[in-house]
Amino acid sequence: MQRTPLYARHTALGAHMVPFAGWEMPVQYRGIVAEHRAVRTAAGLFDVCHMGEITLRGPRAGAALDLLCVNDPRTLTPGRAMYSPLCLEDGGTQDDVIVYCLRAQEEYLLVVNAANRAADLAWIRETLGARGLGDVQITDASEQTGLVALQGPAAMRVLAVLLAEPERPAVVGLRPFRFTRAAVAGVPCLVARTGYTGEDGVELACSAEGVVELWDATLAAGTPLGLEPCGLGARDTLRLEAGLPLYGHELSAEVSPLEAGLGRFVRLDGRTCVGSQALARQAAGGPPRHLVGLEPEPPGIARAGALVRDADGRQVGLVTSGTFSPSLGRPVAMALCARGAAAPGEVLGVEVRGRAVPARVVSLPFYRRRRDSGVVLS
Amino acid sequence: MSSCPEELLYTPEHEWFRAADGTVGITAHAQRALGDVVYVELPAVGTELTAGQSFGTVESVKSVSDLFAPVSGRVTAVNGALGEHPELINQDPYGEGWIIRVAPAGPATGLLVAAEYRRQIGEGQD
Repeated sequence: MQRTPLYARHTALGAHMVPFAGWEMPVQYRGIVAEHRAVRTAAGLFDVCHMGEITLRGPRAGAALDLLCVNDPRTLTPGRAMYSPLCLEDGGTQDDVIVYCLRAQEEYLLVVNAANRAADLAWIRETLGARGLGDVQITDASEQTGLVALQGPAAMRVLAVLLAEPERPAVVGLRPFRFTRAAVAGVPCLVARTGYTGEDGVELACSAEGVVELWDATLAAGTPLGLEPCGLGARDTLRLEAGLPLYGHELSAEVSPLEAGLGRFVRLDGRTCVGSQALARQAAGGPPRHLVGLEPEPPGIARAGALVRDADGRQVGLVTSGTFSPSLGRPVAMALCARGAAAPGEVLGVEVRGRAVPARVVSLPFYRRRRDSGVVLS
Repeated sequence: MSSCPEELLYTPEHEWFRAADGTVGITAHAQRALGDVVYVELPAVGTELTAGQSFGTVESVKSVSDLFAPVSGRVTAVNGALGEHPELINQDPYGEGWIIRVAPAGPATGLLVAAEYRRQIGEGQD
């Protein structure tokens, strides 16, 4: 079991540690609901050092990325980031990643799911080798990289406190999916306006040595503003409310990004990438399944793997993720259902411990943040 | 470190039982492992329980657990406050977060005393 550089911080904070993708990670500190609410109303700090960082370098790195990503990376310029699924030839999903353009056409950073890091590396090597792009330099930078997420409506205020004056305006003024380099609490970081919670915020990448100082300084600066350390439990309830997919649940080798409702990240126009033929066919004929939101009647939570049935008792889908939504105060779930079987407003049944529970189909996401609470920064 | 009151008996599945009045709940250790409790399914008053058998469930944000009867007997009361406030189980597992009361059909057997339960959950003396 691997430990992040912040392991001792988590145990000192009284975190409940659990195994996750080969890592010993904090699932909660004070409690999932309290941490969830902190992120929705103030700010939360997450250790995401377990995630993988892979760099592609060389004169043909841009061409390599164009082959690997189903989202279109050709317009990426330094300082811009992009979410993209990576697909297999049959349209199933190898992983979903964020790509950061460090040097146009020549250097890119991919932040990948912890559980897929080794498989992604092997898949990228094999794919590029087979397509004559073996000269692209592929590096696993995960061990040397620290990563934390600072999320919530107060996240940018907390960040502003940690920035030196000359850099502050450019960093707090970053637009979504833009990034820059800056010293945060004196630690050199790549600061990206990205996240996985449905709130405003940033993700901060730095050296594995620097991340402890970054964590301590961020907690100290944020605590007066309501910031709390948050574990994987709150990360899951937050992303689920925001309708964001989690690899291994909404996405897998058996699920295409079109089925998972990620069509806007599948940009095939005039491009040939791995999986583009299968995805183009699926887009033309309509994907066989689609991801929907469900609101099962309380009490009881429909969790991943629960069967979804129509009014006649026929199985029409499977729950991919389910939890109690702290923001809505009720159970919510996402489910992959057969095309045409789950229209918004329709009432289906989900199995909760052998019992059929009525569940209304709703559109995703369950939670959308208000964008009118702009924080004024000096 | 969770506390385990000396006057209670414990099941290996983390319920506590107070022989003096037949009250049953889950331990501080159990509520901590579960995390935020959001639903509790309870039996009706009058239900006959069998020691070691499931009599309800406690569901948290991240998991669900069966509740196991520490003794055989009839349910004489259920904690109705848990319907609106399941978080009482987290906040006060040995007090306001009690779950049911049972009129035991006979003496409790096979239960652990505090020191034995602490050993089972890997805790030293409080």
